Amino acid sequence: MFALKRRTKGEVIFDIINNLVMLCVCFLTLYPIWYVLVNAFNDGNDAMLGGIYWWPRIITLKNFEAVFASPGIMLAMAITVAKTVVGVAVHVFFTAMVAYALSRRDLVGGKIYILIGTVTLFFNGGLIPTFLLNRDLHLLDNFLVYIIPVMFSFFDLIIFMTFFREIPDGLDEAARIDGANDWSILLRIVLPVSMPVIATIALFHGVYQWNDYFTGIIYINNVDLQPIQTYLFRVVAQSSSNTMMTAVQGSAATRTVTSQSIKLATMVVTTLPIVFVYPFLQRYFVKGMMIGSIKG
Amino acid sequence: MENKRNTKQDPVMGPLIPASIETGSGRKHSLWRKFVAQRHLQTMALLGVAWMIVFNYIPIYGLIISFKEYNIVKSIAEAPWVGLQHFRELFDDDELPNVIRNTLGISLIKLIIGFPLPIIFALFLNEVRSLRYKKAIQTISYLPHFLSWVVLGGILATWLADVGIINSILMALHLIDQPITYLAEPSYFWTIIISSDIWKELGWSAIIYLAAIAGVSPEMYEAATIDGAGRFQKMWFVTLPSVRGTISILFILAVSGVLSSNFDQILVLRNSLNDSASNVIDYYIYQTGIVSNRFSYSAAVTLVKAVIALILLLIANQVSKKINDTSLF
Repeated sequence: MFALKRRTKGEVIFDIINNLVMLCVCFLTLYPIWYVLVNAFNDGNDAMLGGIYWWPRIITLKNFEAVFASPGIMLAMAITVAKTVVGVAVHVFFTAMVAYALSRRDLVGGKIYILIGTVTLFFNGGLIPTFLLNRDLHLLDNFLVYIIPVMFSFFDLIIFMTFFREIPDGLDEAARIDGANDWSILLRIVLPVSMPVIATIALFHGVYQWNDYFTGIIYINNVDLQPIQTYLFRVVAQSSSNTMMTAVQGSAATRTVTSQSIKLATMVVTTLPIVFVYPFLQRYFVKGMMIGSIKG
Repeated sequence: MENKRNTKQDPVMGPLIPASIETGSGRKHSLWRKFVAQRHLQTMALLGVAWMIVFNYIPIYGLIISFKEYNIVKSIAEAPWVGLQHFRELFDDDELPNVIRNTLGISLIKLIIGFPLPIIFALFLNEVRSLRYKKAIQTISYLPHFLSWVVLGGILATWLADVGIINSILMALHLIDQPITYLAEPSYFWTIIISSDIWKELGWSAIIYLAAIAGVSPEMYEAATIDGAGRFQKMWFVTLPSVRGTISILFILAVSGVLSSNFDQILVLRNSLNDSASNVIDYYIYQTGIVSNRFSYSAAVTLVKAVIALILLLIANQVSKKINDTSLF
């Protein structure tokens, strides 16, 4: 046992180099984000001079105050929170419901339903026909455009279905004998024991809902309905070519904030919630990814 | 366990369907009775099927507008047929060669550099001895995946700005005399796209390989050690083969996706100044369809793209089946 653990000189060198390379990867991953963070906490006009790499030169919370004082930004944040909460709840419940039915091997027509779904994994109408459909369904400038067209995904159904089929049969037997119908079995027995897979799908869809800006671009003209990512897109896209100046300023109350510093602070505020959530769901989504890739 | 569920009889319907009458009309009859008995389950399933018909199948049907002259006033069915007119227009468009060059160029470089990197990362991360350190690296490496492309676009704009860190460093080293506006220069666009994509997805893409590697039994490594295999030999002969199947599947999907771009990424980073390097098929579809309202033309581009992607998928699948004995279907 001890003999196996003893490392040769070559192995020790390998380990040192490998650990150092990994340290570099971590640094390269974190530093770009850190750079934005310190600039967001720096005085806006001062940041325009550049040269802020490790720590803010003039520490201030003014940028964040400006973000939270801007009605436009706060409304967009509220839309994002609403579409994420509602979107995840609807997507998870609806997809799990269909998956539960399809997971039952005695379902009449089950094979046909699965075939209908499998086709959707490989074919879709693409941007224009989908746009025309949503327009005909009166989903333009409608909050429901964030929810209904993405409330179901056959790919996520496969992940759910795989999980449901592994639930021991005996679990629902007692309820069935008591005369419970399939709805109450789904709600009272199947979903409560499926928290790992629910967490996985909720995270995947939550990240999609939180980060999606494109839906807002093509379906939403009413700025009161745009999510924060769409709002940011309009600001980012305008300044990235360095040809256009500050078009969207919101409520830049004080002179120390610039449109750039507000932009950075908004980016930080937008990103923080997800960054705090994902480490806790890590063990779930790793498993979900595995099922998805094997079956998908 | 699966068998048990397979043969399980519905507690209500079980005794009602003796095997002997499951023939001819009797069978149809019992199927219907079973269907009725499953009405709750069937409601759940059919709600899903109805959703798919509306949101998946109607758009597929909608692609027929590429053979029609669709306008907003008439419905899809009423629009007059124009045959292959839009396809001819597409192949006559002077912009097309450039669009194809950009799409394939970016995709192929992503495939050559971006595809192997997560595998290499997973292989070497697996060699880290300290479990806690390994876990920490993993968690950190997922982080960029959770940033939106809009936020990452903002980060890149900050980094690449005139007073941004890249220009500051290069000027301090006297490699350049004047700041470069990277996002306004077509020549830098591919580099920015590919490196930011790798930065964002390296750790996330490695998850799946790490999961496969974790399934290798320790006995394999012990046996290899006894045979005198060194660290690299074990990585090459034990670890790598364990992810071969995963690599094949992901490679098939990547090959069939070469005509697709990461549209969220392109839309954030493109602008009129770098258009000659950033106009890809997906942007072309968006631009002609949503911006210029040429719905039928844009649908025709989508259709051509889908057909080529399907052919690529089938070819990649066949090749992988021959070489590697792994395939999607």
